[in-house]
Amino acid sequence: MTHAPTRPAPAPEPAPPTRPGLIRSVLAFLRNVWRQLTSMRTALILLFLLAVASLPGALLPQWSLNTSKTAQYIADHPTIGPWLDRLGFFEVFGSPWYAAIYLLLFTSLVGCLIPRLWEFLGQLRAQPVATPRNLGRLPHHDRREVAGSVDEVADRITAGLRGWRLARRVEERPGGAAPAVTLSAEKGFVRELGNLIFHFSLLGLLVAIAVGKMVGYEGSIIVNVGSQFCSTSPASYDNFRAGLLVDGTQLSPFCLDVRSFDAEYTPAGQATSFVAEVGSQAGSQAGTDAWDPATLQVNDPLRLDGERVYLIGHGYTPHFQVSFPDGTVRDYAQPFAPTPNDPNFTSEGAVKILDPPGVTGDDVRKHQLAIVGIFAPTVFLHGGIMTSSYPAANNPGVAVDVYRGDLGMEGGRSQSVFSIDTNQVDKGALVKQARSNLMPGESITLDDGTVITFTGYNEWVSLQTSFDPAQGWALVFAVTLLIGLMISLVIKRRRVWFRLTPPPAGGDAHPVRADRTVVEVGGLARTDQAGYGEEFDGLAALADQPVVNR
Amino acid sequence: MSQLWADISDLAFEAALAAYIVALVCYAIELASRRAVNPAEAMAGGRATLVRAGGSGSIDPGVIGRVESAPVAPWGVRFGRAAVVVTVIGAAANVISIVTRGLAVGRLPLANMYEFVSMICAAAVITWLIVLARTGARTLGTFVLTPVVILAVVAGTKLYVPAAPVVPALNSYWKWIHVTTIAISSSILLVSGAASVGYLLRARLERSGRLATKDAQPVAAGGVGGDQASPVRSRSMLSVLPSMVTLDRIAYRTAIVGFPIFTFAVIAGAMWAEVAWGRYWGWDPKETCAFVTWVFYAAYLHARSTAGWRGKRAAWICVLGFVSMIFNLFFINMVVSGLHSYAGLN
Repeated sequence: MTHAPTRPAPAPEPAPPTRPGLIRSVLAFLRNVWRQLTSMRTALILLFLLAVASLPGALLPQWSLNTSKTAQYIADHPTIGPWLDRLGFFEVFGSPWYAAIYLLLFTSLVGCLIPRLWEFLGQLRAQPVATPRNLGRLPHHDRREVAGSVDEVADRITAGLRGWRLARRVEERPGGAAPAVTLSAEKGFVRELGNLIFHFSLLGLLVAIAVGKMVGYEGSIIVNVGSQFCSTSPASYDNFRAGLLVDGTQLSPFCLDVRSFDAEYTPAGQATSFVAEVGSQAGSQAGTDAWDPATLQVNDPLRLDGERVYLIGHGYTPHFQVSFPDGTVRDYAQPFAPTPNDPNFTSEGAVKILDPPGVTGDDVRKHQLAIVGIFAPTVFLHGGIMTSSYPAANNPGVAVDVYRGDLGMEGGRSQSVFSIDTNQVDKGALVKQARSNLMPGESITLDDGTVITFTGYNEWVSLQTSFDPAQGWALVFAVTLLIGLMISLVIKRRRVWFRLTPPPAGGDAHPVRADRTVVEVGGLARTDQAGYGEEFDGLAALADQPVVNR
Repeated sequence: MSQLWADISDLAFEAALAAYIVALVCYAIELASRRAVNPAEAMAGGRATLVRAGGSGSIDPGVIGRVESAPVAPWGVRFGRAAVVVTVIGAAANVISIVTRGLAVGRLPLANMYEFVSMICAAAVITWLIVLARTGARTLGTFVLTPVVILAVVAGTKLYVPAAPVVPALNSYWKWIHVTTIAISSSILLVSGAASVGYLLRARLERSGRLATKDAQPVAAGGVGGDQASPVRSRSMLSVLPSMVTLDRIAYRTAIVGFPIFTFAVIAGAMWAEVAWGRYWGWDPKETCAFVTWVFYAAYLHARSTAGWRGKRAAWICVLGFVSMIFNLFFINMVVSGLHSYAGLN
């Protein structure tokens, strides 16, 4: 990670042939592009681009995260909004330019890693490099004269260099002088191994993420407590986000029976626990009466064969009973959506009655009904406005408007299940008939005799199904990435060389002394030079004392 | 009983905040006094050399242990020493505040922005004290304590919430793993960022020629030399900063400790997201920003081993990483709404 051997600078152009063929020049061009792409400088610039290109993903609303907010943003910025949308700024992580950056980055990475892998494998077999002629030129250098013959000192040093890769060589010297012994030692090979593990893990992680995006999917659904839900096709979900290779025919079906939901709150209204009891059926159980009981909690999903089911949210479903002018009585229950950022669960929603009984043909579209308004689990009235003062259903009530007319469902435009199309109201196609606050058992009577009674409520849970067969691999690569990173940061690459020579003979009067040795030491830190100083002093001192305690 | 602990915690936090402010002032006085020698070098040499501002600045290598100047330390140095003492007191009060808060709520006190930022302050100051003990780079204190004081003030005023239990979404052991490691790595990288800011200021000073030193080479120069005492000839208060070599080394050493912890924290966060939100990575604003921060620090470590990018460019990248981390810490939680926005603010 931190140490990348300096990659070879682009070699000087070979002498051009007298008439460079087209193919040759194209090849030369490609080779140069490749060298540029795999250079560290380019990798750094691409890293920057990646960081900068990610920022809009954090700062602008994203389609994939919040559709309504994104649409709102575009509506609020009519000039640049549509342009940003066209350029993919609301879908940064799926945009071509973002893909271009990370694909280039990973190409650069591969181009850098493959040669480094070969080099590393080669180095594993190679002997430590020969001792440089002039050790005095190395960043760390020492020279001393110690007791003992050359061979004794060499043995002494060798014993002290346990754990280092070591080569001992005999060096002839000019002029018939006694040969010198050199020791080349190096350690920290594992650092490069960590480096390679880190970078290959990054590649593996990218592949795992890509596979997950291809074959995985996510679906979400709101289920009333007491109801069942079966995952058989994307159509069984309210929302389904499919991977590129998912057409929805391969879902392994499972069913859930939501039996109960309990939320607990502190007196101040802060939630302390959400628990849903469910029964589940998967595989061959489907369609039978055999249910496996399970408890779903926030932070504790239900793990079926490949799918995982999460408890994502909860809310209230008010119940209404409508008795129509022709005497038909029907019950309606419709989940209402909690208002964002309201901890007390004031919820909004709409019950849409598209097929009022007793009318046919075009009359249907004059007599459709909508009960629109809010549900408050604990009613708090302030100047006639109903909000909720506590998230638990201590004193539930609704504040509703009743509309009659054409809900506009035939227009082909999709509508939110939580609201009516206000264009229909503006057009006059949908007319407000009544407005009232209702407590359980209370009712509204419309001018045509329709009676709408608020009969009670139950709770709903929103569940999410996730399927990503590659996420285990993503975890494996994340772990190896971390291990590789730590190895590459902790291990330090060090080289040290010793040249042991007998002291120079000072003429016939001072023959070569066999019991003294001149030790020249040179050290080179291949990475993180800081801190090698003291270590080097210790290494140089190996020649000094006879190793004790042996 | 728990209310008592909560009160003690609040008091201790106020004490810590006060101590940090006092320490910052003392560090700043030392920095501004311009008369102090670079303490790193003075201490490294084991002598208390006093160099007069504007003097010739030549230092006799001297005998180890020989005191060349008057025995009384100059005012700047005395303030510097006081700053260290007050910093230790502040760190102790901060730790007490965190522990008693934990006793008050019966859980690890990391469930909201206030507790989180308090933890970052404590960890950053402790990291700083460790760095200080190992390098003696005391004059860097101003640069470390400035963000710490800002964080502590924001925590004490804007982010403060009374002790309370956690919402179910945060009720997971992953929370402790993820948030603790994020807080620790953030604070270590804060020190790294402060050292890089110091490095850039010092580099600017030396380039402008106001400081005649020879040790301005970045550490890449092969590791020789290191912290040779640099005669200080400048009247700029930045001239008392540790040498560029020291600052670069502090930035790097802290980064290589903080970066793997941060990586682990992000991985732990992804594993928690898998448990809580149904996917391990979803480009939530906080996740995106953490990714950007990670990329910056990866770039920093690469830059430091790339010819032509060492030194100032690498330091700039480190500062960028620090900025994106702080941005992630505050802006994403306060302004951008995402899945992480439950952390105490809406």
